[in-house]
Amino acid sequence: MDFFRHDKIYDFVKYSKYGLIFSCILIVGIIILFFIKGVNFGIDFVGGSVIQLQYTNKDAPISQIREILNDSQYFKNSNITEFGAKNEIVIKFPFVPSDVKINISDEIKEVLKPTGEFDVRRVDIVGPKAGVELAKKGVISLALALIAMMIYVSFRYEWRFALAGIVALVHDVFISAAAIIVFDVDLSLDVIAALLTLIGYSINDTIIIFDRIREQMLLKKFNDINFVINDAVSKTLSRTLLTSLTVFFVIFILFVFGSEILKGFTLPMLVGSIVGTYSSMFIAPKLAILFGFNIQEYYEKEARKQRKKQEKEKMYQMYEKGRI
Amino acid sequence: MNFFNIKTIVFLVVFVFGLALSIPSIFGTQGPKITLGLDLQGGLNILLGVDINGGIKSRYSSLATQINHDTQNSDILIDSLHSSDNNVSFELLDISKKDALDELLSKIKGLNISSIDGKYNITFTQEEIKFIQSSSIEQAIDTIRNRLDIFGLSEPSVTRQGEYNILVQLPGIKTTEDEQAALDLIIRPAQLKMMAVDEERNARVNSMSEDEASKYGDVILPFTHDPNLKILLKGIPIIDGSMLTDARVAFDSKTNQRVIAFTLNSVGARIFGDFSGNNIGKRMAIVLDNKVYSAPSIRERIGGGSGQISGSFSEQEAKNIAIALRSGSLTTPLELLEKRSIGPSLGADSIKSSLIALFGSFLVIILFMIFYYGFAGVIAVSALFVNILAIIACMSLFGATLTLPGMAGIVLTIGMAIDANIIINERIREALRSGDNVIKSIAFGYENATRAIFDANNTTLIVAVLLYVYGTGSIKGFAITMGIGIVVSIITAIIGTHGIYLWLGQKINNTKRLNFWFGIKKGVN
Repeated sequence: MDFFRHDKIYDFVKYSKYGLIFSCILIVGIIILFFIKGVNFGIDFVGGSVIQLQYTNKDAPISQIREILNDSQYFKNSNITEFGAKNEIVIKFPFVPSDVKINISDEIKEVLKPTGEFDVRRVDIVGPKAGVELAKKGVISLALALIAMMIYVSFRYEWRFALAGIVALVHDVFISAAAIIVFDVDLSLDVIAALLTLIGYSINDTIIIFDRIREQMLLKKFNDINFVINDAVSKTLSRTLLTSLTVFFVIFILFVFGSEILKGFTLPMLVGSIVGTYSSMFIAPKLAILFGFNIQEYYEKEARKQRKKQEKEKMYQMYEKGRI
Repeated sequence: MNFFNIKTIVFLVVFVFGLALSIPSIFGTQGPKITLGLDLQGGLNILLGVDINGGIKSRYSSLATQINHDTQNSDILIDSLHSSDNNVSFELLDISKKDALDELLSKIKGLNISSIDGKYNITFTQEEIKFIQSSSIEQAIDTIRNRLDIFGLSEPSVTRQGEYNILVQLPGIKTTEDEQAALDLIIRPAQLKMMAVDEERNARVNSMSEDEASKYGDVILPFTHDPNLKILLKGIPIIDGSMLTDARVAFDSKTNQRVIAFTLNSVGARIFGDFSGNNIGKRMAIVLDNKVYSAPSIRERIGGGSGQISGSFSEQEAKNIAIALRSGSLTTPLELLEKRSIGPSLGADSIKSSLIALFGSFLVIILFMIFYYGFAGVIAVSALFVNILAIIACMSLFGATLTLPGMAGIVLTIGMAIDANIIINERIREALRSGDNVIKSIAFGYENATRAIFDANNTTLIVAVLLYVYGTGSIKGFAITMGIGIVVSIITAIIGTHGIYLWLGQKINNTKRLNFWFGIKKGVN
């Protein structure tokens, strides 16, 4: 089985120009969307309460529930949505300091008694204080992860490639995060976990291509970086698309069959698996060129490294012989 | 080469290890099992914040009790003893006793003492405050653990989270009654105090403000059976809960009511005896967590150091209070920051849908790999299979908890592991196309693919470690599965499959059916 012609070199660098323009437009659009619509912070971050109910033997009578809750003193400002199935709903309301003391589960059973038989499946109450620390830790781990990867890639490749990889990464995370705005998913810890996974996945994809670029440069000494990139991306094309497809399938199945709670995780990942592939082919290599990667300089540096290594070996041999 | 090369042996060992240690989790037999997170099995998840300032305040209060007792014992007369959020102050009445007082205070560690004209102001040193801060969270964790142990809940977990938070997970909790009982037990400070009633001014208690009371060094506290009924008590307790040795539920034969009987240690018993002997006719209040349970008049000197708390307790309540008292008081107040309860039916549904997703994606990958790569796909899938077994085995061995995001982590690892084999297979095909023989192609494929896979996995591993160190709760669970998955996939996908190719290489080289083995035709360029 074979999907692609493996001997053809496509001109990826040429299309990267359009890719960059496309990405810029996309990002500007997301920024506008961000200001117009804003992010729905979930209770993980701003505090509040969530109750999940499942009705036995019937669909949830949402309009009736809404009416009853609007009349109750305690659940007045709550937001009711269907959750995955017709008989399952989620009720959200802002944090009230006394929440933790009142037994919400009993309270809701009492208030909603007239609407039929149901089962309280989940009650989450989060104070605003807990969220602040979570947000702080989230930002710290994100920043540290980026720095650590930057150092690692710089060490293994070259700093301009590292920077290009990281910028492409931020680009991927940004676009995937926008998916939760478009589809009205709350920003929760699961979304953060998805974005962090995406970082791992996206850099993985980019590194495979960078590795091929480095290999081609060291092997064949082409003088045209554009050609090297086109060659490397074309050679890895079949792998890139295969892997992206499998990852996409895995997440897609999780998205379709996984429980509703996992949506916060699967939705950004689904977008991320597409954007990550696109950016590692069209954005990251082009950025390395734009950041001023110079192939001649690279060869000189590598040659110097080689010479140094040889000299060291020579010295070592002389040293050994001298002793014998 | 025969089957027993070093790489296939490693692969076999991982397989046997994975199989043996994942059987208990999969079939429910004896042995180490994966612990399911609360989101999968249902239960109660509580995040508590430690109020450090409250902890220091309560230390100042017990310091005042100690000074009060010590000075009385040595006949040093002091007045207006007062403890606040950040100091203890009092006035020495008899200046000739200054040396005796200074010596007495110098025995207490960690104090800054300043005195001007007999007016003393005492604070804790910076080191002592730091020590109180760091020890108070540990003390709170120990106390909660103790209480839950005595209470007899199944598999409770009490862990420190972040700097000042405590995470309590109670998988056994299923009903709201259980939830309330457990919450009461955990949060209750259980600070028992015996306090003297300020008989001189108590008549005016209903018209007195808190500020006025504190001017006299007094506090106004409500009765537990009727919060509107208040009583004026001397602010420095006679005895506090640290002198308690035992507490249990008992019956008072006179009133036929449930009471909590407690016993004091020898120091407490002596103070109790002395105080009751000197204050016959006056009242003494028994205060638990700033609520007055009773304030009986003292009829005679009470020796022996035992007493009881009466109130109209339910059986459960009395039992909980006794457990809380016995296991020690929480000197630092706790604040409930977060409470999440997941019903068991939701947990079961989550497991079901995640398993469907897991098997579904597994099936898609198997079919796809075999369809695209032929026998090479079968080898890749077998590595994947061992990979999953090994992840389950590692998790049960380390006692890691499987959560919903953790399951997502496993699914993602499947993607990463299969990626490694795709890279290798593509490289092998490349070499085959350029005309190399099978053995050479395999060597070429592994040599070049390994470097890229290594770099890629290393960066992901760095992310996993950082997530584990800095993440909380579900993110940690996710990081663990991802980390384990990556390490295992390096072993199975790179080493394991290589071993199989080394073993079969010669055989494949001799056959002409490359399409069967690698899914391509040789020499087609």
